[in-house]
Amino acid sequence: MTDRIPGFSTLAVHAGAQPDPTTGARATPIYQTTSYVFESVDHAASLFGLQTFGNIYTRIGNPTTAVLEERVAALEGGTAGLATASGHAAQILVFHCLLQPGDEFVASKKLYGGSINQFTHAFKNFGWNVVWADPDDISSFERAISPKTKAIFTESIANPGGVITDMAAVAQIAKRAGVPYIVDNTLATPYLCKPIDQGADIVVHSLTKFLGGHGNSIGGAIVDAGTFNWSRDRRYPMLCEPRPEYHGIVLHETFGNFAFAIACRVLALRDIGAALSPFNAYLILTGIETLPLRMRKHCDNTLAVAQWIVAHPKVAWVSYPGLPADRFHALAKKYCPNGAGAVFTFGLKGGYDAGVKLVSNVKLFSHLANIGDTRSLIIHPASTTHRQLTDAQKTEAGAGVDVVRLSIGIEDVEDIIADLDQGLAD
Amino acid sequence: MNHDSYSDSYIRGILNTVKTIAMVGASERANRPSYFAFKYLLERGYTMIPVNPLRTGEQILGRRIYVRLGDVPDPIDMVDIFRSSRHALPIVQEALALNPRPQVIWMQLGVRNDEAAALAEAGGVKVVMNRCPKIEYGRLSSEIAWMGVNTRTISAKKAIASGGIQRLSLNRASVSGGTTEAADAAERSERGGRRIIQARNL
Ligand SMILES: Cc1ncc(COP(=O)(O)O)c(C=O)c1O
Repeated sequence: MTDRIPGFSTLAVHAGAQPDPTTGARATPIYQTTSYVFESVDHAASLFGLQTFGNIYTRIGNPTTAVLEERVAALEGGTAGLATASGHAAQILVFHCLLQPGDEFVASKKLYGGSINQFTHAFKNFGWNVVWADPDDISSFERAISPKTKAIFTESIANPGGVITDMAAVAQIAKRAGVPYIVDNTLATPYLCKPIDQGADIVVHSLTKFLGGHGNSIGGAIVDAGTFNWSRDRRYPMLCEPRPEYHGIVLHETFGNFAFAIACRVLALRDIGAALSPFNAYLILTGIETLPLRMRKHCDNTLAVAQWIVAHPKVAWVSYPGLPADRFHALAKKYCPNGAGAVFTFGLKGGYDAGVKLVSNVKLFSHLANIGDTRSLIIHPASTTHRQLTDAQKTEAGAGVDVVRLSIGIEDVEDIIADLDQGLAD
Repeated sequence: MNHDSYSDSYIRGILNTVKTIAMVGASERANRPSYFAFKYLLERGYTMIPVNPLRTGEQILGRRIYVRLGDVPDPIDMVDIFRSSRHALPIVQEALALNPRPQVIWMQLGVRNDEAAALAEAGGVKVVMNRCPKIEYGRLSSEIAWMGVNTRTISAKKAIASGGIQRLSLNRASVSGGTTEAADAAERSERGGRRIIQARNL
């Protein structure tokens, strides 16, 4: 006899949360505390030694944050989760547990620009070397693998939108190479796509975007799929070697199929310290409760806006995989059948000046550097985030002078289109 | 009985019924998984009896170590097998010869022996394989959620504090809450291979 499995919307509301054991409070309380008293010296020893479950200090764990962690893990179908101060923090913690100085990882070159920066510059100081591959040519991932490769990293739907990674194909390459496959699922969210079902071993999120969804909190998450065997060889010493700071315990042996999430918590988060505030965890949790409703509306609005804008005389091209003519439409149907997300780019025939004019003219769209808000957002990368680059570098980064990026909100679509219409008018 | 998945009520029923657990393969070394599970279950109120033919000392956490199940003077409700799958059959045979007979044979996470399970079931004994009673206790009480673990349970009923600090009772009303299918499939595909998780201490 097996139990009935609840659906996605039920999990979005309930997973991880239950009425508070002491007060019966139904909404998840904000445990705004740094620390937790011990029952006895022995209890403290059990907690510090990882022999019992519980909270010690909010940098390492917090009961409000734990609800968020379980909820994201449940929505992704993973064995365990860890919340972090930001999406970028999630990435650094994951790589801290996988790489030693001198090691390499393979990453798609179609990523959020901030991740390209982090991998290129910050990671270099740790001796972690990124090798770029091209999602338009899946075999380039295979060619990028070397004996030093410890992981492969892609986004599901890549920011600034338009590119959908053939995750099942990349997962096969990771499997053959014996390395974990990490997917940043920020733009799709588990409502549109579940990377673990496609062979991802680790999922990371910027909760700042659609999961939180209201533009009010920075946060990140790591989900352990529980699929990777860390003890097959000796390549992942954080997981398969005795840990001196925990009296010689071996994390994979002790925690089995959620050992990676535990390593991220008790080694990486503990020592690097990029913990999420419980208040932010509370806001993001509240956001997640409406994730299915919001994503449906985001995707419906975005498809309508993309269809309208592709026919506009001042628009040269639109890159949105939800459009049937888009070159990524087939992959979108395979991986995100319920919608291709709410972020996309388009090109203006009028180039740089036309981009500047549009972001200045709009009145409903907010001109800012974020995505995944209830509000519609707009940015002209060439005059803002990518300003320092040469024109050639801008084009290579998908931020040519003519490019405008939209993140479509959940307002009435007629109002969104009307604002773009007046913004594009002479 | 299908041993690929167990209902929460089956597992909760076992953990709520048994009181005395003999752990075969319990290690005296404080960094071994068996020691972790032994200590946790002891702290949760179970009468724990370590059994280990290779013992070097006399006791674990104040509990006397026996060399064989047959040496244990008290009745045993559940035998928890913390040894590799190939050692499970003789341990089950030994357990079935006890009088009174244990009600449950539990094989640790990573341990599965279908022949031993069939023998136990034919003798009227309940079987759990490839699970850890500590993890299952933590999951069904929801204590393990403090570590971000997906308990695969949901509930609109209050969790029940069970005395002391940060202790929750097993007697929580919950329904199933999501799956970890990919992890279960990975486990199955490696079974019989050399997957080294837990239960490696002998
Ligand atoms: C796809 C993607 N990953 C990661 C990040 C980084 O997340 P955070 O800003 O929360 O650090 C972002 C932020 O824009 C993003 O879009």
